[in-house]
Amino acid sequence: MINRSLITYVTAGDPSKELTLQFLDVLSRYSDVIELGIPFSDPMADGKTIEKSHYRALKSGIRVKDVFEIVEDFKDDHKTPIVLMTYFNPVFARGLENFVRNARESGVDAMLVVDLPLEEAKEYIDVCYEYEMKTVFLASPNTPNDRLRAIDEASSGFVYLISLYGTTGEREKLSSLAFDLIKRAKSICRKPLAVGFGVSKAKHVRELLRAGADGVVVGSAIVKLIEVYGEKAVEKVDEKCRELREGLNF
Amino acid sequence: MKFGEFGGIYVAETLIQPLKELEKAYEELKDDEKFKEKLDYYLRNYAGRPTPLYYAENLTKKIGGAKIYLKREDLLHSGAHKINNTVGQALLAKFMGKSRLIAETGAGQHGVATAMAGALMGLKVDIYMGAEDVERQRTNVFRMKLLGANVIPVESGSRTLKDAINEALRDWVATFEYTHYLIGSVVGPHPYPTIVRDFQSVIGRETKKQILEIEGCLPDVIVACVGGGSNAMGIFYPFLNDDVRLVGVEAGGKGLNTGRHSASLCAGKKGVLHGMLSYFLQDEDGQILDTHSIAPGLDYPGVGPEHAYLKEIGRAEYVAVTDEEALKAYLELSKTEGIIPALESSHALAYAMKIAKDMSRDEIIVVNLSGRGDKDLGIVMNALGDGL
Repeated sequence: MINRSLITYVTAGDPSKELTLQFLDVLSRYSDVIELGIPFSDPMADGKTIEKSHYRALKSGIRVKDVFEIVEDFKDDHKTPIVLMTYFNPVFARGLENFVRNARESGVDAMLVVDLPLEEAKEYIDVCYEYEMKTVFLASPNTPNDRLRAIDEASSGFVYLISLYGTTGEREKLSSLAFDLIKRAKSICRKPLAVGFGVSKAKHVRELLRAGADGVVVGSAIVKLIEVYGEKAVEKVDEKCRELREGLNF
Repeated sequence: MKFGEFGGIYVAETLIQPLKELEKAYEELKDDEKFKEKLDYYLRNYAGRPTPLYYAENLTKKIGGAKIYLKREDLLHSGAHKINNTVGQALLAKFMGKSRLIAETGAGQHGVATAMAGALMGLKVDIYMGAEDVERQRTNVFRMKLLGANVIPVESGSRTLKDAINEALRDWVATFEYTHYLIGSVVGPHPYPTIVRDFQSVIGRETKKQILEIEGCLPDVIVACVGGGSNAMGIFYPFLNDDVRLVGVEAGGKGLNTGRHSASLCAGKKGVLHGMLSYFLQDEDGQILDTHSIAPGLDYPGVGPEHAYLKEIGRAEYVAVTDEEALKAYLELSKTEGIIPALESSHALAYAMKIAKDMSRDEIIVVNLSGRGDKDLGIVMNALGDGL
């Protein structure tokens, strides 16, 4: 699903359904895969920037069915794969099978459920398999080797490596934990490896790809522009993505 | 470990290892003689256990039905049952070699109890508290600071307890190597609901022994308030296999039909939040709703998974009591017995008073008086105006 890829993130509905479609159009010009977040009232794994973006989206009145419509509209004239990123409760509330079916029908290619670790994911994996929804699971610097192997096995899309101990959000420098984890994961995993959390600059993208990552995820750095520039952020996001894309040239 | 389908470990990957480490440490320590001795020592000499089981004779006579007993957790150091758990978990943290405690707090009772346990054990303490609660509960904020804790106001979301939990989880995911997250109720991912229940079960064990000594039989009914549900779980647990009716009382707020309440078992749906599958107040999309209760300690949109299970299998029943009914019980106990109960505990009391009058005089109700009500004077004065 990824290979020397730039993966970019926005939250659906931040600040509106229409603008999300515009952002997706821009992102698709520079990125190989797009992560689209379903806003949640309690985004525990996210740092301030993405957390606020969830609240803005919810305030705009966005519903889960609107997120599916966004994907459907986007897919009408774009081919960029969409990874739907969500907390588990919106999935649970809709009914696991319903949710995966609706998401797949709207054109979602893969799902990442932030707070659904392997222990709780058995049924989810089966349902995703049935509906040909690709799965992405998280691995962390403190994930032991045998568990990393199981995560690799459960991920039919790619494995998402968390680069540090903490929540999402921009950092000046990459953590050394990221490079240790890439090295370890490369020797164990057979699926492609994406790295995210704390990645915000072209320089980071380059360093991670050089270290062996197959994809790099940038979220907060883009979402921050939406926070600051609101409806006028389209151009800024374009600039930022172009800059990030430079990271792939080496 | 799960309670039927409830509970579980719904957290992002980074927290899996710290939770496993905690589970392992707890499994090793809970039957360790040295650990048990130490815990017992602190509960006795620091927290003030055992607490009395008091026959509320005036109240009983006034109502004219079942005998009402009060388990006096309000007499504990810190003024509430929370200290049973914080001393236990702080000791656990110490054994695990952690140097720092973090905790969430709503009204501030758990924050105060954590600050005390931290001071006692020489651990650094950071408390997350919703910004709105920080404003509402200034005395408790000062109390925590006085005890050496740092209080961090949480500005996100609804600026209350659930957001404080989110923020504590965000802290923990970055600091778990040296930090223990001291959860204050029977909520959160496994093993927390089990650990907190075990530390709180001392309430039920004592109650059982005391009622057998006084009355020579078990009570007919045990009533406790349920927010997250730790005091209720603590008094219920040792009675689960006995023929005793167990009633959990949730915060009905302005009434269940107004949407302004915190009664997740009575009016919520199954869902997943804060690491657990349980009942939550939420909309059709699974977005968590704002809650309301006159009792800050009950103002939480979820409930411990073991309560969800006890409801599901019919072993315990769950009811709701409104702000107004709780306030009446608060005033009643203060006047008839000279005991000012916490507004949380007043919910349990209100329900006990309601059922007592239809029961016979040889029947027995035990109410878990989980905390004392001095902390609520501001709220009560506001609610009454000058109308005492």
